[in-house]
Amino acid sequence: MIILQTDRLSIAFGGLWAVDEVSVAIEAGQVFSIIGPNGSGKTTLFNLMSGIYTPDDGSIRLAGEIVTGLAPDQLARRGLSRTFQNPQVFSQMSTLENVMVGRHRHERTGFLADLLHWPSVARQNYVTRDAALAALAHVGLADFYDRPAGSLAYGALKRLEIARALASEPTVLLLDEPAAGCNPVETQEIDGVIRFLVKGGITIVLVEHDMRLVMNISDRIHVLASGRTLTEGTADEVRSNAAVVQTYLGDSQETLRALD
Amino acid sequence: MNVRTLDNRLLPAIVIAAIFVTLPIFFPSAYYFRIGALVFMSALAVVGLNLLMGFAGQVSLGHAGFLGIGAYSVAIGPVHFGLPSWLSLFGGAILSGTIAFLVGRPILRLKGHYLAVATLGFGILVAIVLTNEANWTGGPDGMSVPKLVLFSWQVRKSEVWYWIAGTTLIGGMVLALNLKESPTGRALQAIHDSEIAASVLGIDVTQKKLTIFVTSAVYASVAGSYLALFNGHVTPDSAGFLRSIELVTMVVLGGMGSIVGSLVGAAMLVVLPQVLTIFHEYEQALLGLILMVFMIFLRRGIVPSVAATFVGLRK
Amino acid sequence: MAELLQFVFSGLTVGAIYALVALGFTLIYKASDIINFAQGEFVMLGGMTAVFLTLGGISLPLAALVAVIATTIIGLALHRLAIEPAHGASPVTLIMITIGASLFLRGIAQIIFDRRFHSLPPLLAGDPIKIGGAAILPQSLVVLASAVVIVTLLWVFIDRTLLGKAVIATAANRLAARLIGVDTRRIVDFSFAVSAAIGASAGILITPIALTSYDVGTLLALKGFAAAMLGGIGSAPGAVAGGLLIGLFEALAAGYLSSSYKDAVAFLIILAVLIFIPQGLFGRAKIERV
Repeated sequence: MIILQTDRLSIAFGGLWAVDEVSVAIEAGQVFSIIGPNGSGKTTLFNLMSGIYTPDDGSIRLAGEIVTGLAPDQLARRGLSRTFQNPQVFSQMSTLENVMVGRHRHERTGFLADLLHWPSVARQNYVTRDAALAALAHVGLADFYDRPAGSLAYGALKRLEIARALASEPTVLLLDEPAAGCNPVETQEIDGVIRFLVKGGITIVLVEHDMRLVMNISDRIHVLASGRTLTEGTADEVRSNAAVVQTYLGDSQETLRALD
Repeated sequence: MNVRTLDNRLLPAIVIAAIFVTLPIFFPSAYYFRIGALVFMSALAVVGLNLLMGFAGQVSLGHAGFLGIGAYSVAIGPVHFGLPSWLSLFGGAILSGTIAFLVGRPILRLKGHYLAVATLGFGILVAIVLTNEANWTGGPDGMSVPKLVLFSWQVRKSEVWYWIAGTTLIGGMVLALNLKESPTGRALQAIHDSEIAASVLGIDVTQKKLTIFVTSAVYASVAGSYLALFNGHVTPDSAGFLRSIELVTMVVLGGMGSIVGSLVGAAMLVVLPQVLTIFHEYEQALLGLILMVFMIFLRRGIVPSVAATFVGLRK
Repeated sequence: MAELLQFVFSGLTVGAIYALVALGFTLIYKASDIINFAQGEFVMLGGMTAVFLTLGGISLPLAALVAVIATTIIGLALHRLAIEPAHGASPVTLIMITIGASLFLRGIAQIIFDRRFHSLPPLLAGDPIKIGGAAILPQSLVVLASAVVIVTLLWVFIDRTLLGKAVIATAANRLAARLIGVDTRRIVDFSFAVSAAIGASAGILITPIALTSYDVGTLLALKGFAAAMLGGIGSAPGAVAGGLLIGLFEALAAGYLSSSYKDAVAFLIILAVLIFIPQGLFGRAKIERV
């Protein structure tokens, strides 16, 4: 079943088409990666898919429903969540509280009840906290539950964001360069977390520069260049595609090696 | 796992209540009750503003506008419509909430200094209207406020206002503390740190901001009504720019986001001019200086800084 | 028709002052991203200092010069003592610091000077000049001419000198400017100093017409800010246009609608601009990159 698809999605900034007629169809339960050199429009595409930008042309469908132009919170309530390249962590709150916020769309108390602290609120707090602790455990951060989130190491911040997104029980999770700035050990941890998420039935859409991670984990890869689709296929198909290697020529040795 | 219990949620309010109840033992005269009442009334407005600024991270440089609406409601209601004061107080609160809702919708979309200036503009517009509509408001000189009548008793004495204001403040604090440990409170604090992250987790940022803006307006309105009923007189200055900045300074002094800090900030800015009457001339300069010094060097405010020192000492 | 012309004259005159205040805002904003609420106090300090110096027996030209220099020094002090120590603070924190500074300056002014209204002898004395049935004071012409001169000088300076280019570079991208050797701290110093000087000059120019007192600063700052926003914050020609427009709207509103709500015009404009066209008339809409 196609869970997320875009149809000729386009957006221009000041006359330049940052994303130009990009169409993708993502199957449920897949790990779908979007790659391309810098400036190819990957993050812009992500921002379009997560409702942060509104496209100038084209449409987006989530589980068959047209969601073009919906705001991020509306998409979140329909089961689509995302993480950010620069972790957008709630630094004044504890690690646990960060993940508790992830439970928001499943919490059932209203403003008045919260203000007056009805018994339902105390119960909700306990339920939320337990679910958040579980999510933290899944990414290996359970021991840091009461640390201020701003004090965590970079790799931990990335896992925290994932735990937070996980807590919202999404159907589709967009991961924006989860391995960016991570050392090989941390990248390996991210790999493990992603596999765990997929086992839980979540569809993962990945934007990533780390080619080794991408090749290891992706079911399908979509290659962008200058805002347009270059090609799409399995890891093997993509890495042996001459045009793909061409666009990455001039890129780091590591990337090219991973493409071999 | 030693997770902090949710039961000490109300601890700050309990401590304040204990102080509130025992303090009168030390009061040598009615004057002290008067000061106490004034502090509690200001603190109520500050708690509301703190919900907006400290929790949700928004800024309002025009909050005295709602103080003014509440204050004039208990003047206009009885004088022009013959309504009892307590009903006018409720009416004022509802009016403030409604205006906050209507004004907040477009304004809260703005960020940072744009929001600051928009709220500033709003506050001053309220003050201008109150100054100009002399038929209703008595113009620049203001109007007198009939005393509150409760169960056919005229509420006049400072002692009674001390208890009324203190109880209301503690009630307001309890509500604020409740909010902190709740889904709404967490959503607000999330909005403070990263609106975009909050939004991708399903939080309707605009709606939450609006809710807290309306709530803080109601707090301010009630505080304004109390002050007017207590003082017996209102002027447009109660909604003016200086008053708004005073409120913000109280928030900053006490500590943004600190409920207890609201009381500390209010106490300092109400008590200090009373104690240092010779400094009356320097009041404005001093206010400006305090605001500057705290925003440059002690941005966290008194209560959080003191708390952090204690935590640091313990280690 | 004569009436309309009259309103236009008075509107443009006071609008020229708003334009100068707005220009001061814009200059500081461009160099440092700060909204300086003490801008109005610069105008007040210029006028009041000149007044008290002349009351002390000093000739008007010398008093004016000293007033401008003194205010410039205060502007520099504001940057070095209040803004710089708070480097890295959020925009709102910085606004609050400048609001605090504005209150402080106002409070000190009421002690050092007094709380009354004061005037200065006009630069060009004489009877009002009749044009098309309306009358305009010679001093008004001085105000308008001076505003043109100041704006032109500033424009020439920014456009034609190396320091001016450095200001533009700092405004465009602070880090990049520093990387190519621009001392951005000096540039911000400079912007505060020039804004203070412009403000003080405006204060001295308008006092013969509109009087001055210790608390004229607040309203001026707010209206000047409204003008800057209307024109598009960060746009110097926008600031000038915005100032003149607000002056005009005020005068027309006072004349045809209600004089007591004159002051409300600027605030209604602020709200309308922020809500409907936040980038102002000449500004460019900012695209946020996540």
